[in-house]
Amino acid sequence: MAKKVLMKGNEAIGEAAIHAGCQCFFGYPITPQTEIAAYMARRMPQVGRVFLQAESEVAAINMVYGAAGAGVRVMTSSSSPGISLKSEGISYIAGAELPCVIVNIVRGGPGLGGIQPAQSDYFQATKGGGHGDYRMVVYAPSSVQELVDLVQEAFDVADQYRNPVMIMGDGMLGQMMEPVEFKERQTTRNLPEKTWAANGLRGRKIHNVINSLYLKPEELEAHNKKLQQKYAEIEKNEVKYELYNLENEVDIVIVSYGTLARICKNAIKMLEKEGIKVGLIRPITLWPYPKKAFDEVMDKVKLGFISIEMNEGQMVEDVKLSVNGRKPVFFYGRSGGMVPTPAEIVNKIKEIVGGAK
Amino acid sequence: MPHQEIIFAGFGGQGILSMGKFLAYAGLEEELNVSWFPSYGPEMRGGTSNCSVIISDSPIGAPIVTDATAVVVMNRPSLDKFESHVVKGGLLIIDSDLVNREPERTDIEIIKIPAQRIAEEIGSKKIANMVLLGALVEKTKIVSMESLLKALKEHGKEQFYELNKKALERGAEYAR
Repeated sequence: MAKKVLMKGNEAIGEAAIHAGCQCFFGYPITPQTEIAAYMARRMPQVGRVFLQAESEVAAINMVYGAAGAGVRVMTSSSSPGISLKSEGISYIAGAELPCVIVNIVRGGPGLGGIQPAQSDYFQATKGGGHGDYRMVVYAPSSVQELVDLVQEAFDVADQYRNPVMIMGDGMLGQMMEPVEFKERQTTRNLPEKTWAANGLRGRKIHNVINSLYLKPEELEAHNKKLQQKYAEIEKNEVKYELYNLENEVDIVIVSYGTLARICKNAIKMLEKEGIKVGLIRPITLWPYPKKAFDEVMDKVKLGFISIEMNEGQMVEDVKLSVNGRKPVFFYGRSGGMVPTPAEIVNKIKEIVGGAK
Repeated sequence: MPHQEIIFAGFGGQGILSMGKFLAYAGLEEELNVSWFPSYGPEMRGGTSNCSVIISDSPIGAPIVTDATAVVVMNRPSLDKFESHVVKGGLLIIDSDLVNREPERTDIEIIKIPAQRIAEEIGSKKIANMVLLGALVEKTKIVSMESLLKALKEHGKEQFYELNKKALERGAEYAR
């Protein structure tokens, strides 16, 4: 077992990417994720790989497009406004079916917003920040250890499906230090060889072309159908979630992800002492969304579900789609960088449970 | 009581973030759950700086501390900002050489340490933070002095180890 070290979330992302065989990192500074780029600037040359600070986020994501097209493992990172700038490129990458990892350490928005932790990019990440009928796998880790494990997983999933994968954390996760262990890890996936890569002829007769332009409607529709098949496959295979305190019947189920889910767990323990039983569904993949978690627990829930988020109500729409009218769905959120306290969550739940009793 | 939430606060450059780091490493040494979270924002050199450290035997929720079992302050603005964050019956440690007002709370334990003078006696004002950290660990027993010294040895600069050790011990002595 490797020794546990204390590491900032942002630095751990960098180290995890290096462990996963990331060959190139293209970044541009923005709080609260700048430490990722700073770490990569130091470490990547040490291991003989490429770090490049781009002239802008738009340039960085297009460098990712190029490197991914050449068949190497590549990552970029930013925070909310920077991800907006990258979104055009992400759509191109999805269209051209290239594997890459994109990190978003979310800050409050809209616009330049603030720099404190938020979850207000849920729509952007899961419903497509860029244009067109595309999907991107989105992981939402809740601890620095899980962050490390998911960065490594993200590279594998990207390669397996030839698709961009996002790691979405918040300022809290990026800035905090926690004990973390880098496990020696072998992928269990059967990753296809990158025979499509535009990396020279290598004995082939025809050179590979990476493109997302399909001018004939018939061809573009066929391309879209093919993408949809792939997305259906991802939805079938790659859903991840955690169920907490849901072994027995509960009064209400919290749905929450990322660092906020940890705060919800604290609130659940406080409520338990007052005789209120609360479970938690923690989506680990935000897309594909863990709809089946709701089917699994539906019979154990007395009052309904509450989506707790650090935004004004985004994931709650997916909660409603998953519950599909079977139980009431409530919402509680703070935004702008305000982080709910366990006591606040306890009060909100008591209000609902009290009102129902 | 193996669950404590601590805020360290002062000016940038006083070693506020490193105090927190050494404490977190000591907690890791004792195989407890730990988290360390810095204030991040439009901070600059010479501005205020703070960090939150949680050490617990159960999983940690938010790494941000609002209700602190202990607060260590190294300047007046930090006292103004964080005095109200100490829980009832909690601990407030003040560098009395740098803070020129009396705390207002009467429902908490308060230790005032002339940390700058003590640090200067040992050899350098720069280790005043360690004097305060020594007092904190002595008073709260959140980690053992042994673990703290081990953390210092493994993660601190070797040439300052003896000096830092002396500062921790003098701080602990003062709090006894």
